Amino acid sequence: MELSVEIIKAFLVGGAICCIGQALIMYTNLTTARILVAFVVSGVILTAVGIYKPLVDFAGAGATVPLTGFGYSLAAGVQKTVDEIGFLGVFTGGIQNTAAGITVAVFFSLINALIFKPKAK
Amino acid sequence: MKRANERTIVFENEAYITQGASIAGQKEGEGPYGDTFDQIIEDDLLGTETWEKAESELLKRTVLRCIEKSGKTKTDVDVFLAGDLNAQIISSGFAARDLGIPFLGMYGACSTMIESILTGAVFVASGAFHTVVCAASSHFCTAERQFRTPLELGTQRPPSAQWTATAAGACMVEKEKSAIEIKSGTLGRVIDLKIKDPAHMGAAMAPAVADTLFRHLTDTKKSIRDFDKIITGDLGKYGLGILKEIVKEKLGEEADDIFFDCGENLYQDNQDVHAGGSGCGCIAGLLSGHILKEMKKGKYRKLLILGSGAMMSVTSSLQGESIPSVSYAISLERCIDGIVS
Repeated sequence: MELSVEIIKAFLVGGAICCIGQALIMYTNLTTARILVAFVVSGVILTAVGIYKPLVDFAGAGATVPLTGFGYSLAAGVQKTVDEIGFLGVFTGGIQNTAAGITVAVFFSLINALIFKPKAK
Repeated sequence: MKRANERTIVFENEAYITQGASIAGQKEGEGPYGDTFDQIIEDDLLGTETWEKAESELLKRTVLRCIEKSGKTKTDVDVFLAGDLNAQIISSGFAARDLGIPFLGMYGACSTMIESILTGAVFVASGAFHTVVCAASSHFCTAERQFRTPLELGTQRPPSAQWTATAAGACMVEKEKSAIEIKSGTLGRVIDLKIKDPAHMGAAMAPAVADTLFRHLTDTKKSIRDFDKIITGDLGKYGLGILKEIVKEKLGEEADDIFFDCGENLYQDNQDVHAGGSGCGCIAGLLSGHILKEMKKGKYRKLLILGSGAMMSVTSSLQGESIPSVSYAISLERCIDGIVS
């Protein structure tokens, strides 16, 4: 498919997921921490019931970049590793598949904290 | 001084606010009362390395400014009463370290300033001490770390959030006759109407304010109309609305024009502070600056000041507790040569 169509799909789906987050901030009392955790857990559940993978196929980064995509990586990793090595994969698969994402987050958070100072909004 | 009924102390020309000083941050400086502060700081860190150190520096500078304006020195001050929102009130404790004045830490959450002044008035009225400085501070950045998440996390604030004011106020309380007399003060009881939502702090605090307000009126045999203004700390628009309803229901009169909420008025509508200002510095900053100035000018002659504080912590909320609240009242009157005018 044309790149522009891919991009449009990615932004529409990614944007829609972000809108859900915004609605939760504005209309519920959920703290941002709870919303983020809810996104990850939703990603795991939606992957487990087979809904999220087709969304990833459709929208690419639009589905993998939002935090629900992290839940998808965790769940997909478990599925893959269980297929490969059996039951132990339940414990190792998730972190293995998301190793890059986690390490990047920790590393760049550290760099940010060293270089930048926060200001009052 | 003597006690009236259960919770009100009546002072008999024994306690006066002889000086006040207030310092606030940029955002407060851009608000409607920005030019009533002694100083607006440009750097939220005040030249220090952390927000907590900055808040302590803010409080210390405000106290020193108050002492300087009075023409006295640190050694003339007998007692320093102060508190803030940080755990273990470190802002005040460390300011007290640098000031070297005998210190009593106060805590009433956002009502700390009024609690301090009330206590200071009793100290001087008793004759045990002559000059007391009462102060309180708050800082947006330390409050975010204390109650929500540290600024470094970069999370979004919901529309219902209040903005903790970066401000400090200090009042000098003495037995020396001066323009602003502390006539009486009423202690608060901790009231809890089982509200759990920290986004509705005003709703949690309004009942406590009402309780102390009615107690004060009964004990001093006064009515709402005896005051030029009744000033509340940080009930916000919603909380103030609830208070007005409670007042209307109990006293049978509308008193819309009498109330002035510091938190609601500290910022302009276009400053994007969502639900208004909060924190010790709201009432401390406006009382020690704007309100004292208006009294000295003669615009306000009789005021009732009600600070209110939510006595909760992150831990209590996580344990499923509701938000109990307490409110303290002080009644101020303008007098010239000892005569109320």
